[in-house]
This record gives sequence, structure tokens and C-alpha cells, in this order.
Amino acid sequence: MAEKSLMKGNEALAEAALRAGCKCFFGYPITPQTEIAAYLSKRMPKVGGVFLQAESEVAAINMVYGCAGSGIRCMTSSSSPGISLKSEGISYIAGADLPCVIIDVMRGGPGLGGIQPSQADYYQITKGVGHGDYHIIVLAPSTVQEMADCVTRAFDLADKYRMPAVVLADGLLGQMMEPVAFDDAEIVMSDASNKPWAANGHGNKRKHNIINSLYLQAPELEQTIRDRYQRYAEIEKNETKAVADYCDDAEIVVVAYGSTARLAKSAVDEARKQGIKAGVVRPVTLYPFPVNELNAAVKNAKKVLVVEMSMGQMIDDVKLAINCSKPVEFFGRTGGVIPAPAEILAKIKEMGGNN
Amino acid sequence: MEHRKLTVVTGHYGSGKTNFSVNLALDIADAGNKCTVIDLDIVNPYFRTADFGDMFKSRGIELFAPVYANTNLDIPSLNIPLESILADGGYVVIDVGGDDEGAKALGRYAPVITAFADKQMLCVINKYRYLTKEPAEAVKVMREIEFSCGLAHTGLVNNSSLGAETTAGTVRASLDFADEVSKLTGLPIAATCAVAGTMPEEAPEPYIVKRYVHNLWE
Repeated sequence: MAEKSLMKGNEALAEAALRAGCKCFFGYPITPQTEIAAYLSKRMPKVGGVFLQAESEVAAINMVYGCAGSGIRCMTSSSSPGISLKSEGISYIAGADLPCVIIDVMRGGPGLGGIQPSQADYYQITKGVGHGDYHIIVLAPSTVQEMADCVTRAFDLADKYRMPAVVLADGLLGQMMEPVAFDDAEIVMSDASNKPWAANGHGNKRKHNIINSLYLQAPELEQTIRDRYQRYAEIEKNETKAVADYCDDAEIVVVAYGSTARLAKSAVDEARKQGIKAGVVRPVTLYPFPVNELNAAVKNAKKVLVVEMSMGQMIDDVKLAINCSKPVEFFGRTGGVIPAPAEILAKIKEMGGNN
Repeated sequence: MEHRKLTVVTGHYGSGKTNFSVNLALDIADAGNKCTVIDLDIVNPYFRTADFGDMFKSRGIELFAPVYANTNLDIPSLNIPLESILADGGYVVIDVGGDDEGAKALGRYAPVITAFADKQMLCVINKYRYLTKEPAEAVKVMREIEFSCGLAHTGLVNNSSLGAETTAGTVRASLDFADEVSKLTGLPIAATCAVAGTMPEEAPEPYIVKRYVHNLWE
């Protein structure tokens, strides 16, 4: 690893995309993720890539659709209201089996909401964003270094399974600064090699490829979707990830993702200092949801506490994952208010985590 | 760290301007002087001097910030009466937004600042910021800021840091970088910032600071 630099989360996402060979970025500014576009507008021309500020979020995602069809690695980024606008395009990209990366740096909603951090897009992002039977891969980093690493992983998974992948961050992660290291490898822009499906010019040497999400015959569409779900089953089997701390003997296990997981970890560290048997488990993949990892983490727990920067969305997946085998409680702040470690600790104590 | 009646703090986005400005303002106030902080950051909606309103109030420091700073509205509006604040005779610290974009707002006050005698305009540099790791890159950003606001710097603040991971070695490894920027620009190093315990002995103009800008889980 090279020397460490101090970077904003948004800058790390952008630099990591370049280093993953993302040749084209199409975006539209919105707080709190505008640094991604600002950074790439400076860096892309220097490494032979394309930076394009589109006229809208809708235009940007459709440019991604076209670019992805040509087999080149491409990305767009936005924050919550902008992701809503992109949802139609994301559904089309999934329906055309194309790989791309989308970054959502969440802010408060609904509507224009606010510019402060939030995790209230969980339902939206993990349940597919747009219309139709499909999934997208969702990775949830919790440090600036992990934000960089997740972008690389998102591109790799998107290519491997031919589907969109989302890096789900929030305003706090996007704006904060931490040391980050990238490897010294030279930046190599992606091309369509190893993508025989790419519509990048057949030169009269092969049958032409078609990028399409329209199927006029119902049985054909059903079969296409069934094939896609076989891939999803593979993803659910192979690509889950969660990180557990102090869960082996924990009586109360806190489940949190992204920046909230760091706040929860801070509360659990303090709980342990006070002799309370608490643990914390952090889903890193939100789709596929880490069902086995979660069950392992709560095996010896008496109760589970889900903490989110929302009114409670991931809690549904936690209950499903553990099949409601333990009581699951919730603590959250929303609208751009960040839960304090002291508040989380108070909730742990209220749930009986007293010694 | 020399105190002037007016200190203008500029620098690359994320170089640590705000943390330096907060330290300087508290020092001025602790020396028994009246101090006013002006948060002129119209670029960054998070982590800014306006976050320190309560602490400033308890230390007798007056804070001026763009209307709507730290609210959910990211449309800045500047109605800060700099001329009358300076005429009051107290000390003033202006924390400017990052890069040339942030310095545009400062340009609006350039005539007032130019006419004021007892001033310093400091450029904060940080060797560990990704796009200003080379002295020439840091100088380029500095020149862009000057071009954007129409004011010239008088000194450099070496605030090279890796946040919570900063050690004495981190700061020591930045001294040559700061020296080179100083040579390239002809500007003196007004301060080398480091938290207690990480200041190298050979650092020019050592200035021990506290980290006020930090994450909620730290």
C-alpha cells in the first residue's frame, strides 16, 4: 500500500472509481455528494476518462445505461432525491443485464428533505429502487478506506453478475475526512474485453448484440427473470459480508450499518467498559443481506437492538433474517439528526443490559 | 503564533482551516482580547466554524456566519458588516471556504481588507491532502485562491495531518514540504501546527493546537 492521504469520503469514492478503471462518469450536483463530481471533473481529463455533468439526474442515469451497454465501466452518483429521479433508469439497466456503479450519499427525506445525513433510503435501495422483479447489489461502507475499497468491489461484482451495484453511504461518511491508502498500480481505463455481450461495434465479424429490456412474449420475459433470479441465488450464497465485534458472549447484540455502525460500536465499547455484555454486528452487504452471519452473531444473545438513522427500515430484514427468534428492538434518529453513542448506550441499558 | 487584528485563513479544501481558525480565535480570546470569528465558508455545508457557536459564546467570542449556515438550506447569503466589525477595534479571524471557489466570497470584502493595515492572510497547507501532496500543487491552489479573491497571502500555516492517525513522524515528514512551499512562494512559515506530543523539535514556529473538528464516535 502506498503512503496514506487525508481524504473526504466523497473524494475517496471518486478516486477509487478511477482506479477501478471507471472511464466515464455522468453526474449532476446535489449536496452532500457534490465533491464526487467536483473531484472527477478535475481528475478525469488527466487520466483519459470522461467527466460529464448532465442536464439532470434522469439524463445522467440514461447516459450510464448507454455507456454500460458498450461494456465500459461507468458510474453515476447522487443523493437521495436524485436517486429517486434515477430509479426508472436503474430498472432499465437491471432489465438489460448491464453492469454499472451507482453511489447514493444519503440525506434526509422524503421530498427535498434536508442536506444532513440519513439512512432513510434503505428500503428504496435494497428493494430494487425502480419497478419490476429484480435486485441490485448494495454495499455499505463505514470508513473512508472502506468507501474506497467498496467502489472497487462494486465494479467487480457488477461485472461478474452483469447488474447494477450501489455503494450506499450517507452525508456523514461523504463529508468526513480520514486517512486512506490506494495501491500504487497504474490507472488503466476499462474497455469491453471479456464482455462478449457488449454493443460496441461488431465490424461485420460477429452477430450484432442488442441491449434491451423489452420482452413482448410473456413466457420469454418470465424465463429471463427466472434466469436472473438464479444469479441472485448465487449472489445470496457467495457474496454476503458482515463484521461482528464482541458477539460471542453478548447478551444484547446491536445491528447497525454504515456510519451508524461506528456510533453503535462506540456505545458498545463503553458498555463493555461498564461490564455490560453487549456486541455489535455490521452488515457490509445490504443486498445480499448477510443472513447467516447475522444468525451466528445473535446466537447467544437474549435481545437484538437495531440502530439506524431512520424510523426503522433495516429492522425488517433483521427480523426476517433471524426469523424473529429473538426480541428485536429499535433505536433511531431521523431527518438529519445523528444518534449519539450515549443515547445508544442508554437504550442498551434500558433493554436490560445492566450488570 | 503572531496575533494580528485581522487574520484571514484560506487554503485547500479540507486542509484544516477551520480547526486552525478555532484554535487561533480561542488563543486570542484567552489572551484577554475581544475576538470575532467570521465563517465565510459558502462551499462546505458540514464541519465548519459555525459548528462551534456554543463554545465560542462561552468564551466570549462573537461569531458571524452566512445566513442559513448549518440549516437544511444550502443557499448561502452573506450580510456580514466587515468594515464595522474591524472598526470596533477587536481581533477578527476570517475562516474562508476551500480552494478558489470558496475564496470567491472573500473577494467581496477585498477592498475593506486591502485598506486595513494590521493584518495577515495565511494559507493553510497539508501535505497529506490528496491533491496537494506536491509543493507545486499546493502553490498552484494558493495562487488560484489569490486570483479568485484579489488578495495576496502573507504567510503559510503548515497544518499537515492525517487526522486521528497523526504522529510526530507524520508532522516531521511534512517539514521539507512546507519549507519547499515557502521557498517557491517567498512566504514565511507563520506556524507549524501539531497537537501536544506530536510536535517535532526542529519545527519552525511551533504552534500546539487542539483537535476541535472531530467525528462523533471519537
